[in-house]
Amino acid sequence: MTTAAALPSTLSLGLSRGATELREFFRQKENLIFTVSLPAILMLLLGTVHVHEAAEGQMFAASMIGAGIISTSFVGLGMSVVADREDGTLKRLRGTPMPFTSYFIGKIVLVFVSSLFEAVLLLVVAMLRFDVELPSTAEKWFTFGWVFVLGVISCSLIGVALSSIAKSTRNASGVLNLPYIVLQFLSGVFISLSALPESLRVTGSLFPLKWVCQGFRSVFALDDGYAVMEAAGSWELGRIALVLGAWTIAGLVLVSRTFKWSNTSR
Amino acid sequence: MNAIRVRGLTKAYKGHQAVAGVDLDVARGEVFAVLGPNGAGKTTSVEILEGHRDRDGGEVSVLGVDPAKAGREWRSRLGIVLQSATDAATLTVREAVQHYARYYADPRDPEEVIDLVGLTEKAKSRAGTLSGGQRRRLDVALGIIGRPELVFLDEPTTGFDPQARRQFWGLIKLLAGEGTTILLTTHYLDEAEALADRVAVLAGGRIVAEGTPQTLSGRAHADATVRWLSDRGYREVRTSEPTKVIADLSRHGELAELTVTRPSLEDVYLELIA
Repeated sequence: MTTAAALPSTLSLGLSRGATELREFFRQKENLIFTVSLPAILMLLLGTVHVHEAAEGQMFAASMIGAGIISTSFVGLGMSVVADREDGTLKRLRGTPMPFTSYFIGKIVLVFVSSLFEAVLLLVVAMLRFDVELPSTAEKWFTFGWVFVLGVISCSLIGVALSSIAKSTRNASGVLNLPYIVLQFLSGVFISLSALPESLRVTGSLFPLKWVCQGFRSVFALDDGYAVMEAAGSWELGRIALVLGAWTIAGLVLVSRTFKWSNTSR
Repeated sequence: MNAIRVRGLTKAYKGHQAVAGVDLDVARGEVFAVLGPNGAGKTTSVEILEGHRDRDGGEVSVLGVDPAKAGREWRSRLGIVLQSATDAATLTVREAVQHYARYYADPRDPEEVIDLVGLTEKAKSRAGTLSGGQRRRLDVALGIIGRPELVFLDEPTTGFDPQARRQFWGLIKLLAGEGTTILLTTHYLDEAEALADRVAVLAGGRIVAEGTPQTLSGRAHADATVRWLSDRGYREVRTSEPTKVIADLSRHGELAELTVTRPSLEDVYLELIA
């Protein structure tokens, strides 16, 4: 007979889940096309229309990286949890000695790696086509790092929480994509924040996307003078950390309250 | 100690009483089949035993533990074979079995399990490309990789062709031969008859009969039907003494197309759930 002590640790199982999640992710062509490549393709298309000078390229690339990691975390992860519920993955896992935390660690690994792929691909396109420059100081890279991590984690949690509402992958696509697309317009991705009426700007600032994009814009801006184009006239790094941190906590609470192993269970 | 002990189990959904007081004992090493029509409460009952569903009332002990309060250690002693999963479609058979082996303290050898379920030739194929029967065998492999003491099989052969079902039965017998306790739900009476040491018939959320497949509901003692072909067509006699009837009849010469039958498990079953 086995004992609890002999079962593998939550972390090692989480990493093992992550490896398997990645293997499955990269074997599905639609993931490679939509999740990993779409932001780079949009960058190419919209950039050709919008970007006329270097400063614009920097800002647009920054916003697109923000939009991209939210696509992999919020939309991508939400969809993958719904799919796990639909195809029996979650039901099977629940019948094994794997702890729920390991499942979630695996998902976080998946989102980090796929987001990184997506961001790198986008940057390569932006550098080759629009001469976008990478940040040059360690301080900027540090900001890039924590905005990336907080953005991915908070949006992953919200995506998983919303996935409990969607009963099928068909529903999930609407439940997750609609807020994502609307928020891109309210967060300075496609339209400059200064062009938005006050009410829409405030609405956008309630959600993480605006703050993630603002954080990346602070990293990629040619100089800090460009902060005047933000809603508050400054980069507000402290507030970015605060808002994303608050969403992370809210997401954790929501997930622990609403998570469902299957569509029928009770 | 029994592998499964259930007393007075109840579960209702929005006013509908799905399980209405089930008592059940399954001994260690036994193959136990739960029969019953759709909506009889089979899946609900099994899911409560697996710890996948809350119950409203009653006592449940599975491997000595209440499933509602059980933890990882308990789960590592169970094997649950899913009914209609399509997960892990892009993993190969070998990758999937190796991955699930990691969850357990003392798993079986993945190659051995793949061989046991007869998927050695498919070890490098992706799960999504398997036929229905092969896919269910992969589900069994994933269910038994952790060396479980108790295996749950919920309608495992639904949709199988006859040959695939026979192969699957062989696999279950092999497991039972190793001493694994098996709880099986099924629609198929021949399946219960071929595999189970004991069967229970569930109807309307209650167990209406329980016994060995051979003696269920007094089947062994039921009147026999003697049937033969006479000059005026087929004749039938229901009797508790078929030997005597045949002895009497055969004094007049050979009886054409003579048969003696007792109610089949199916006859008994249909009467029980009517």
